[in-house]
Amino acid sequence: MHRVLGDRRAIAILLGPALVVYSLIMLVPMVWSLGYSFTKGNSIDGFTGNGVADFSRLLDDPAVRHALWFTLKYAVVVTAGQVVAGYLLALLYVFFLKRASALVRTLVFFPVVLPTVAVGLLFQKFFQVAPQTGPVNSLLNAVGIDSIDFFGSSSSAFWVLVVMDIWRSMGFYAVLLFAGLVDIPEEVLESARLDGATGLRLVRHIVLPLSLPVLMSSLIFSINGTLKAFDSIVALTNGGPGNDTTPLTLYMFQTSFTYGDYGYGSTIAVLLTVVCLLVSLVVFRVSRRDLTEG
Amino acid sequence: MAIDTPVKATAHQAGRGSSAASGRSRSRRRVRVSKVWVKIVVTLLLVVEIYPLVWMFLTSLKSNSDYLNHSTWSLPTTWEWGNYTEAWTTGHIGLYVRNSLLAVVPALALILLLGAAAGFALQVMVWKGRNLTLLVFLAGMMVPPQMILLPLFTVYFQTGLSGTLWPLILTYTGTGLPLTVFMMATYYKSVPRELFEAATIDGAGILRSFWTISVPMVRNALLTVGLVEFFFIWNDLLIALTFTNSQDLRTVQVGLLNFTGDFGATQYGPLFAAICLNVFGTLLIYLFLNQKVMKGLTSGALKG
Repeated sequence: MHRVLGDRRAIAILLGPALVVYSLIMLVPMVWSLGYSFTKGNSIDGFTGNGVADFSRLLDDPAVRHALWFTLKYAVVVTAGQVVAGYLLALLYVFFLKRASALVRTLVFFPVVLPTVAVGLLFQKFFQVAPQTGPVNSLLNAVGIDSIDFFGSSSSAFWVLVVMDIWRSMGFYAVLLFAGLVDIPEEVLESARLDGATGLRLVRHIVLPLSLPVLMSSLIFSINGTLKAFDSIVALTNGGPGNDTTPLTLYMFQTSFTYGDYGYGSTIAVLLTVVCLLVSLVVFRVSRRDLTEG
Repeated sequence: MAIDTPVKATAHQAGRGSSAASGRSRSRRRVRVSKVWVKIVVTLLLVVEIYPLVWMFLTSLKSNSDYLNHSTWSLPTTWEWGNYTEAWTTGHIGLYVRNSLLAVVPALALILLLGAAAGFALQVMVWKGRNLTLLVFLAGMMVPPQMILLPLFTVYFQTGLSGTLWPLILTYTGTGLPLTVFMMATYYKSVPRELFEAATIDGAGILRSFWTISVPMVRNALLTVGLVEFFFIWNDLLIALTFTNSQDLRTVQVGLLNFTGDFGATQYGPLFAAICLNVFGTLLIYLFLNQKVMKGLTSGALKG
C-alpha cells in the first residue's frame, strides 16, 4: 500500500506543475529581487552593479523613514480597530442577536467583497469638500461645525483611511471571531453565570480567555494584511497630501515605476519584506507565549 | 459525575426561581431596556453599512449640475439612467470587465487544478519532505507582492508577454497557489486515506483515484476556495496596475482608478455609475453565494 501512496512518479505529476509555477513566479523572483537591490537602473535601460549604495541610501532617506513610520502606525491603528470592532460585533451577534444574527452578519459583511478602488472612490466623495460638499461635511455643517478639508492635512487623511479600512473589513473579523465564540461550550457560560458572572465580568474572565486563539489568528491575519495595504490607500489619497500617507508599499511602487529606479525600488521591497517577516515573527512568538500561559 | 449533574440542575432551577420571584417587574424592564439598546446599535450599524451604498446609487443617477448645485442629501431632480450607458460605452467599463474576465477565469482554473493536485500530493500521499514543501508554499503568504514585481516585469518585458494578458494570468496563478495549496491540504485531511487504499485494491491507479474519487469529494472545498481566490484576484490592483501598460488591457480596478483622471473629474454621474456597476456586480455574486464566501474566507483565515 505504501508503494502506491508513495509512488514517486504520481507525486511528481501531481505536485510538479504547482511547484514549478510557484517557484518561477514567487521563489525565483524573490531571490532575484534581492539581487536587484545591489544594482541600479531598470529593465529598459539595463542594470549596473551598485554595491551596497542602495542600502546606505535607504538608511539616509527621510522619505523611507516617513513611509516606514506611516506603515507601522497604520498597521497598528487599523489592526486594533479591526479586531476590536470585529470582537464587539461578534459579541453582539452571539449574546444579543443570537439566532437572528444571520441577516445582520450578511449585511455587515457586504463591504468585505467590494472592489477596494470602488470603495476608495466612494469614500473620497463621501468626505470631500469641493466641488460638492460630501455627506460627512454636510452633517458637520448641520450641527454647526465648519467643513473640514479631510484630504488637506495628513492627520485627517490618516483618520479617513483608518475609518474606511475598518468599515471595509470589520464584517470579516466579526464573522471570524463569531466562529470562535460559537465554539465556546454553552455549559461553561451557564456555570459561570450561576457563579454570578454577568456582562463585562463574564466577557473578561470567561469569554475572552476562551476566544484567545481565534483572537490571535485574527491579529496575525490583520497585521499581515495592513502592512501590505496598497489599493485602498492609492484609491483614497494616492499617498497625499504630499507624501504624508505614503506607506512603504506605495513608495516602492512610485520609486520603481514613476522614477524608473528598479534597483532602489527592490531595496525598499526588501525592507518591506523584512518588516513583514519580523512583525509576523514577533506576533507569533508573543501569541504562542500567551496561549501557553493562558 | 453522575451525582454531580442533578445537584447542578437543581441549583440552576432554584436560582431561576428565586430571581423570578424576587423582582419580576424589575427584571422584565431590564430585558426591555437592553432590547432597545440592541435595536439602536443594530440600526446605527445598518445605517453606517448601507447608507454610503444608497448615496452612491442615488448620486449615480444625478446630472452634473444636479450634483454640483443641489444638496448632497437630495434625491436626483431628473433621473439620468443614461449615466450607466455612458459609463459602459464611453467609460469603457464593458472592455474592462471583459479584460478582468479573460485574466481571472484562466488563472482561477489553473489555481484550482494545480492547487488541488498539490494539496493531494502533500496531504494524502506519503513521502519524505512533504512537510517542508508545505512550509515553502506557506511562506509565500507572508511575503509582500512588491518583492516579486520587478523581476517579473523584466521577464515579461524581455519575453514579449507585456502586451498581453498573460502576465496577469501567470502572476495571479503563482500568487494564488500558497493559500489554495494550504487550504486544499487541510481539506484532504478529513478524507479518510483508507478510501484510496480500497480504490487501489480495486485496481485504480493513484492518479485515477485523485481525479475520480478525491476531486468529487472535495467539490465543496473547491467551490469555497475558488470563491475566495476569485474575490482576491478580481479586486487586485497592484499586479494589474503594474502589468497592464495599455488602455486596452486595463482590468476593472485599474480602469476605475484611471476613470477619475480620464473624465471622471468632470463627469460625476458616469463616474458614480461606473463605481455602482462594480459594486453592485460584485454584490450580486456575493449575495448569490454568501454562505460559502463567508465560510471560505474565515476557514482560510483561521488556518492561515
